[in-house]
Amino acid sequence: MSGLSQRLGRGLVRGLPLLWLALFFLVPFAVTLKISFSSPATAQPPYLPVLEWDGGLEGWREFFEALDFQNYQMIAADALYRDAALSSLGYAALATTILVLIGTPTAYAMARASARWQPILVALVIVPFWTSFLIRVYAWIAILKPEGLLNAALLKLGLIAAPLPILDSPFGVLIGLAYAYLPFMVLPLYAVMSRLDPALTEAAADLGASRARAFFTVTLPLSLPGLAAGALLCFIPMVGEFIIPDLLGGSDTLMLGRVLWSEFFSNRDWPLASAVAVMLLILVVGPVVLFREAELRREEAAEGGRR
Amino acid sequence: MHASTPLPNQRLRLERVTKRFSAQTAVDAVSLDLAEGEFFCLLGPSGCGKSTLLRMVAGFETPDSGTIRLGETDLTALPPHRRPVNMMFQSYALFPHMSVAANLAYGLKGLGLSRAQAAGRLKDLLRLVRLEGFEGRRPDTLSGGQRQRVALARALAREPRLLLLDEPLGALDRALREETQAELRAIQRRLGTSFIVVTHDAAEAMALADRIGVMERGRLVQVGPARTLYERPASRYVAGLLGDVNLIDGRLGRAEPGGIRSVETALGILRASGEGEAGNAVVIAVRPERLIVRGEGASDGLSGLLTEATFLGDRIRYRVEMANGTTLRASAALPAPGPIPAVGKTVTLEVPAESAWILPA
Repeated sequence: MSGLSQRLGRGLVRGLPLLWLALFFLVPFAVTLKISFSSPATAQPPYLPVLEWDGGLEGWREFFEALDFQNYQMIAADALYRDAALSSLGYAALATTILVLIGTPTAYAMARASARWQPILVALVIVPFWTSFLIRVYAWIAILKPEGLLNAALLKLGLIAAPLPILDSPFGVLIGLAYAYLPFMVLPLYAVMSRLDPALTEAAADLGASRARAFFTVTLPLSLPGLAAGALLCFIPMVGEFIIPDLLGGSDTLMLGRVLWSEFFSNRDWPLASAVAVMLLILVVGPVVLFREAELRREEAAEGGRR
Repeated sequence: MHASTPLPNQRLRLERVTKRFSAQTAVDAVSLDLAEGEFFCLLGPSGCGKSTLLRMVAGFETPDSGTIRLGETDLTALPPHRRPVNMMFQSYALFPHMSVAANLAYGLKGLGLSRAQAAGRLKDLLRLVRLEGFEGRRPDTLSGGQRQRVALARALAREPRLLLLDEPLGALDRALREETQAELRAIQRRLGTSFIVVTHDAAEAMALADRIGVMERGRLVQVGPARTLYERPASRYVAGLLGDVNLIDGRLGRAEPGGIRSVETALGILRASGEGEAGNAVVIAVRPERLIVRGEGASDGLSGLLTEATFLGDRIRYRVEMANGTTLRASAALPAPGPIPAVGKTVTLEVPAESAWILPA
């Protein structure tokens, strides 16, 4: 390969992902941001102002003067949005906690399974992705509804006297979230745990540690990067989750995804919906930034420890 | 540290210990008695079962049959964390998220030490491996030699009665290895702890051990001091494992006075030491440095053509082609007492009967 085409090749390798991000993330975000500063209108598209490309410099000036923060002021003034945001964060945080508690032992068991079993277990975790997400959440309705499988089983076992109202309750939402996002918690954790040197837990046992102590003092601390990655992979999309609260949470469940949906499709208020979307983005980017900061601080502390 | 209090009877005793992995027998009916305070080496190529044997003593593998006892205690069914035995891992297995001090102190928990006692133990350990001042460092900021010493100190922290070391010097470079061998011996003598080292390096085993056990495909084939194994090996395998050796096929002849036997070989009649029934097929093993190379015309010996002489600093290595086409290797310490024969000349090889050892074929 000549030097020029080699450089061209390298440029492409670096440039393509950037181009992809710009085209499918930055541009749509810029459009959303712009709409969030606009005003709703009964028009096509349903907001004002719309930039007139032939309006010249004067047209640009008028365009920018018409933009304002009105939608954000509305969000700040109406408790509905604040409550929806808080409740979304609460659901996501609670579901993430549940996922950590279920996912950690699952991933640990997978990582400790024999080499013959591990690929099979990984495949079993991935298999649900072969079915539509929507259908899988729908299936939970059949399980959770008052005359559904879960209640029928509990009644048969004599554990309850009357069907529990799990469907259309916060509990139903949490079950749905924990079910749907489990692979995103298990896979990164498994990736880290399966790469730990087995001699480390052996060394802990050799030094007198019980299995539990070896797990909590050696395996778990060394799996924290996987745990953090899994938690973020679950937490972020769960904050904006729409399908699960809509299908399993009933009409009273307040989550940002549903507010967003109703602003867009019921009220046709694109500018307000866009403002909610931007707020959602800030809510979920916040934790990532905080996480990165903490990570950097820890790395610096480790550097400092080296002297 | 704990040199002065020898507890009664801490001998390790293996009795017909066997371990199979599916169809393959990794360790085959190994019996072994270890003296107190002994430095023992398990020697063999990779896959011979030496590591599996060590892991069974540590408790990471369970024998299919046989017993492992330490003094009066039957270890066979005890989990690793209940055994008064510690192991130094080949990869060191230092906890990467802990400081040197935390690594060393990990095993002190549950020993019932007071805070002051634990701090004292930590200080002793750091001094023992000359790592004072490194307490706060993370393992990944240490050199290979320092990591090796942390691993050793951590394995000694619980003052085990028996320390197992899996290729303890395998990851070190050559120069450091020799220095560390001497250090390891010194520490073992000072503490009086029994050591079992697993290694594939015969020179290392000879430098370290009081006794060496040679393993071949799961079996312990010969146990003895380095010198016995080197000079009086039990088989071709042991002879070859301990160092370079000339093997000459032959048939055993009559016995002579002084335990010397004559052996009929393709090179002629040779005299050698050893036992066996007359008429048996045997192999004579002679170490190259035991062959004496002389110029042509020497009275007694085998005559051959010197095809190669390699200068190695402290010694010279010869290759001599014999009349029947086989090549014998010889070596002589430098400076040599006599003249060094020239390549291409005919030489005479003397095979001292006491250095030629008879093995079963």
